[in-house]
Amino acid sequence: MLNLSGLTKHFGGVRAVDGIDLAIAKGEILGLIGPNGSGKSTIVNLICGLFPMTAGRVIFRDVDISDLPPHARVDRGIARTFQNIRLFGQLTVWQNLWVAQNSGEQRHKERFLTRWFGGARRARDEIDRMLEFFNLAHKRDELAANLAFGEQRRLEFARALAAKPSLLLLDEPAAGMNAEEIDQLDDRIRMLRQDGITIMLIEHHVELVMSVADRIAVLNFGQKIAEGTPAKVQADPAVREAYLGTAAA
Amino acid sequence: MDFYLGLLQIIGVHTLLGLSAYCVLLTGQVSLAQAGFFAIGAYVAGMLTVLAAWPLILALVVSAIAGGAMACAVGFPALRVKGLMLVVATVAFGEAVRLFFFNFDYQVARGDIRIGPHGGEGFRQIRYFPEHGWTTLDVALFIWTAVALVMAALWWMDRSRSGAVLRAVGEDEIAAQSSGINITAVKVTAMTIGGVIAGLGGGIFAHYTTHIEHVQFGVVLATFAIAYPILGGLSNVFGTLLAVIFIQGFLLEGLRFLGDWRNLLFGGLIVLAMNLRPRGLLDAGSTIALKRLFFKTKE
Repeated sequence: MLNLSGLTKHFGGVRAVDGIDLAIAKGEILGLIGPNGSGKSTIVNLICGLFPMTAGRVIFRDVDISDLPPHARVDRGIARTFQNIRLFGQLTVWQNLWVAQNSGEQRHKERFLTRWFGGARRARDEIDRMLEFFNLAHKRDELAANLAFGEQRRLEFARALAAKPSLLLLDEPAAGMNAEEIDQLDDRIRMLRQDGITIMLIEHHVELVMSVADRIAVLNFGQKIAEGTPAKVQADPAVREAYLGTAAA
Repeated sequence: MDFYLGLLQIIGVHTLLGLSAYCVLLTGQVSLAQAGFFAIGAYVAGMLTVLAAWPLILALVVSAIAGGAMACAVGFPALRVKGLMLVVATVAFGEAVRLFFFNFDYQVARGDIRIGPHGGEGFRQIRYFPEHGWTTLDVALFIWTAVALVMAALWWMDRSRSGAVLRAVGEDEIAAQSSGINITAVKVTAMTIGGVIAGLGGGIFAHYTTHIEHVQFGVVLATFAIAYPILGGLSNVFGTLLAVIFIQGFLLEGLRFLGDWRNLLFGGLIVLAMNLRPRGLLDAGSTIALKRLFFKTKE
């Protein structure tokens, strides 16, 4: 579904991402872990096109999207959340989803007139369902800025889904959440997989990643140092070294 | 009576100017080019009615289109920069327009007088209203019809998805892009709508003052344009209207009896108002309070 080849990003002299090759299959949950500053978020930003890459290609569903602007990539079915939550604070919860509901792929399928009549109602119902799923229905008309932290994380997750992605990039969705909220997150990620959404999960919370991910890739200093099933990665000496800073082998 | 009608006319035209900046501000862009679009509208509409003897409405439509077309053309390069750089770029554009009209000479002989824009002396004798027998009241009603139509259109847009999209871009461009919004298209569209409104306002302005010249369209006017929506708050279009009434009606006219002290107070009161109401005279909170006052809300 997504193929990264030789993905490279240099910020001045810093090699934030240095020749990453990574593939995600359809319906898979790929965990991306690594110490702070290892280039995880930079990879997400490059996939989304927020800044130009130094070298490499991003291939999504066999199409090279390396030169597309961010909104065009959303149209093709890539949506994301942010590590430091970025909501539209002065818009209501409902409006936050409304704005994102460009429904990229779907928009082009629907004819103009069907969208004009009846389309709006369906769109509204969809947003309400989404708020229900994320347990935010009671906050519908609240300003996003006034939500509690956990609610903001959920809203951002919902906003990413409102764009109807086939590939969802979650950038540390569990950061700052308590155990119960992480459990709910775990459930939601599994449910989305059942709906056929492919997920790339960037996370520090190792338990969550080990629990939901089918496959894990480990980054250190912008390079991929390990890749495989959770069990295999956990046993990898290079990974232990990156995290614990000692020569385990 | 005529004094108050005249004041109403000024407030109406300045409301249009403020609303043109309001559209652009919603997307988070500070543009000081609105006076330039206003000037273009004024000269275009004036020349059409005076030199080409067009009917007023048609001339205003064309002046609005001219303002919008110029805003769209300026928007593409200008909106590549943000913040202070955009302010500088739009000030430069506004001054370029002003200097263009300073040098713009296009006079035509009508009998033994020459009419049309005459460089630094400006464009005199835009006498559509008196020639067609409009009274001051007629003109005031005409202006306020235009204001009401523009406000209604913007109010409707504000409540539609497009309004939410404009505000989303103003809130966080990166999040907006990542939600599938083409931010360049949104910003240029907002700029174009702003240009249309400024062009319309300029066209009306030329006809009620009957005499326009380049000095009227300088940085001061551009600053007023941006000050109205900032002072009034961006929660809805009525904030801008309120700010225009506050500045033009209360500060400029209402304090006239203070003589020279007025100018000192003018700046001071604006600073005070912005400190007391940092989110604008009419912020989200007071909008809700007003709604509660007039409509019984279902709890």
